[in-house]
Amino acid sequence: MRKWLVEPDFLVERDLDRCINCQVCVRQCANDVHYYDEEGELVASDSEHCVGCHRCATLCPTKAISIQEAPLQFRPNGNWTAERIRAVYKQAEGGGILLTAMGNDRPLPVLWDSLLLNASQVTNPSIDPLREPMELVTFLGRKPDRVKVSAAADGHVRLETQLGPQLRLQTPIMFSAMSYGSISYNASLSLARAAREAGTFANSGEGGLHRDFRPYADNMIVQVASGRFGVDVDYLNLAAAVEIKIGQGAKPGIGGHLPAEKVDAEISATRMIPERTDALSPAPHHDIYSIEDLRQLIFALKEATRYGKPVGVKISAVHNVAAIASGCVRAGADFVSIDGVRGGTGAAPTVIRDHVGIPIELALAAVDSRLREEGIRNQASIVAAGSFRSSGDVIKAIALGADAVYIGTAALVAMGCHLCQRCYTGKCNWGIATQDPTLTKRLNPDVGTRRLTNLLRGWSLEIKEMLGGMGINAIESLRGNREHLRGVGLGDRELNILGIKAAGE
Amino acid sequence: MQDVWREDRHRKWIRDEKDSSGCAISGFIHEDGRRESGDAIIRSIESMHDRGNGLGGGFAAYGIYPQFAEHYCLHLMYDTPQAQQVTEEFIAASFDVAHSEPIPTRTLEVIRRRPLLWRCFVTLKAEVRDRHYDLTDDDIVAMQVMHINRAIDGAFVFSSGRNMGCFKGVGYPEDIGRFFRLEEYEAYMWTAHARFPTNTTGWWGGAHPFGLLDWAVVHNGEVSSYGINRRYLANFGYHCTMHTDTEVIAYLFDLLIRKHALPIEVACLAMAPPLWSEIERMPDEQRDLVSMLRAVYGGALLNGPFSVVVTFTGGMIGFNDRIKLRPMVAARKNHTLYVASEEAAIRLICDDPQQIWHPRGGEPVIGRLRQEVALA
Repeated sequence: MRKWLVEPDFLVERDLDRCINCQVCVRQCANDVHYYDEEGELVASDSEHCVGCHRCATLCPTKAISIQEAPLQFRPNGNWTAERIRAVYKQAEGGGILLTAMGNDRPLPVLWDSLLLNASQVTNPSIDPLREPMELVTFLGRKPDRVKVSAAADGHVRLETQLGPQLRLQTPIMFSAMSYGSISYNASLSLARAAREAGTFANSGEGGLHRDFRPYADNMIVQVASGRFGVDVDYLNLAAAVEIKIGQGAKPGIGGHLPAEKVDAEISATRMIPERTDALSPAPHHDIYSIEDLRQLIFALKEATRYGKPVGVKISAVHNVAAIASGCVRAGADFVSIDGVRGGTGAAPTVIRDHVGIPIELALAAVDSRLREEGIRNQASIVAAGSFRSSGDVIKAIALGADAVYIGTAALVAMGCHLCQRCYTGKCNWGIATQDPTLTKRLNPDVGTRRLTNLLRGWSLEIKEMLGGMGINAIESLRGNREHLRGVGLGDRELNILGIKAAGE
Repeated sequence: MQDVWREDRHRKWIRDEKDSSGCAISGFIHEDGRRESGDAIIRSIESMHDRGNGLGGGFAAYGIYPQFAEHYCLHLMYDTPQAQQVTEEFIAASFDVAHSEPIPTRTLEVIRRRPLLWRCFVTLKAEVRDRHYDLTDDDIVAMQVMHINRAIDGAFVFSSGRNMGCFKGVGYPEDIGRFFRLEEYEAYMWTAHARFPTNTTGWWGGAHPFGLLDWAVVHNGEVSSYGINRRYLANFGYHCTMHTDTEVIAYLFDLLIRKHALPIEVACLAMAPPLWSEIERMPDEQRDLVSMLRAVYGGALLNGPFSVVVTFTGGMIGFNDRIKLRPMVAARKNHTLYVASEEAAIRLICDDPQQIWHPRGGEPVIGRLRQEVALA
């Protein structure tokens, strides 16, 4: 056999003093790293296939397994890092496009970490959220410029303005689009249930809406993507809102591909495509070649839903994102979702994920500022996406101008994901990004739901604490309130785009 | 803090920094239109001397210029005669000036440095109205005032309403009131303010009330939602040049009441709405109204601690933040409504009020001139 030049990424070490040969690791690893050596009556490991998902190390009852990064294999080189050399070897072997999954793992600057929040001292009191109400209720959707009322002589006030369809969120955090297909039935079900329990919304992605998830449709946003999978009039009308997916932060400008082997009977029925066929989402929508086409699709969807649901547009953060978002709003979008360069995916070419797009912080600030300059900020809500790692990131996004955020990776991590970035292999040992029944059953949807609602609860409590510290008791008073942000270590240009002052100013 | 003892506080000095301050406020309206001198309001605000620190005091008075009731009265501060000359040329280009004079003042030892203080009574020229045919007179006047304040060096308009005026400066309010000889004016409505700035932007124009057109606002508190209120207002063409909370409050009232034609009570509901937990218990119709106000006017919600008295021709609104983080007391006696930071400030000028109470957070106290009262 020809020697494969690519050395393993990880080194699996087993402490033989601790190992009791129970073979849990053997059964847990879908990548066949661990095996039972019948002759030696020992469990052994082969590091070559290890993806670093830590399933075995986590479940090993005696903590006998440790996973390390493989020790140095190449002569140190600041330019030709091991990762780059490995990539060249892989492509020299196969001649293909290198795939990856989850969000950008390059050490790009994370601007959230350069933003710091304000708190009250002396001149205004901070508010204790344990004793005072703290309101996170958020409405997504188009708002009129003004409310018209008529007042009768007796002082009775009658409302004359009608508010268009809105999503009402108990907390400004939603689950990002993750299709059934890219993730498992149990993972999808957990997201839908958790959204309902927390009073927020999950997003179907472009995978259609499985009949079992339809009872949760009041808490679901359904996507209409370039492949139109699973889209029919019931799908649109069941959901709380419709989102046209133009782009995704992890792979701006390209489409998607669910391989045929994942398209089992259930997924085939949900996506409305034949079993065991590739589900290919084209890069562009074949009926959208410009903004006026987008307007037609937005209104086609509004017609189909009798103007009863907000219709949004999801775009990835690219260079002219402010102008693009403005166009979407003027085309009739009730909300615009913007997905930054660190946003996740179930599968994307590595080179695209790592090099295309701009950070959500700058994109969000630019879009919010632009819509305000044009006087149309009230016409659409802004949903920010692209790697929110903590409630701190979330509240900073709101202060920059987001109405709400989408979390994808954080939700998966809450369900057990260890960010091994191998979703595209379909061998997710945590039972999340797989359709293999032996793997999917590892994620109990009751447990998944509980962990997701816990996460939302924890973050919401933290947001309330921070709001109270700033002397604010309603989230709308922080939204776009950049006075409460200061930058550290940022240049004038970034501060300017973010519309914030430097710390100390 | 090097500028605490600045000697040039009379000079125009607008910093690009949010201004915040603690304060005292007081105000009353005679709803029967009876007028009285500035003596009582000076005594009322003087009783809260310790709530200010001598870096700002001011008053607003309504009904004081009946002889020019239809003219906009511009109160101006000038740093230099040159600033006055430039400004007067600018004013002459848009307005017919009926009368122009120095604002009468009295020499007081404690008021040491002062800008040139001038007032003129003006009406818009017909050709200016024609040029801005899509704007109301108020809009045009507001535009001209903002231009002077933003673009003319050393000139500042601190009052621009009809048959009303603001008087303010650096000093304790009782001294400022005597300096401006307020006992010589007769008004049916007075408000006053003592300022305790926590940063150091004290200059004559930065004192309160903030006045634009016939709105005057005296305010105690800090608006934590300032950043978004300001950006929200920008959506509707308001440029906040003063960097004060008081300015955004005035503009929000102007937007909601004058431009959006909301009844005062409804506008107050938008700016200090009930909590969602209360809204959910409301009867359907009211719940729909308040929910819509919160959804649409989220950017107009005033958050953080404040008590404020907003005045306009014929009316006064006392108004607290929605969880009452600043003191505000109201009282009524006969045809007069009083609002002040402290009860003593009311009792000092009103023996045995028939009613005295602490309004709930977010619940406006409204006094209106009775309709049959002729203002002129």
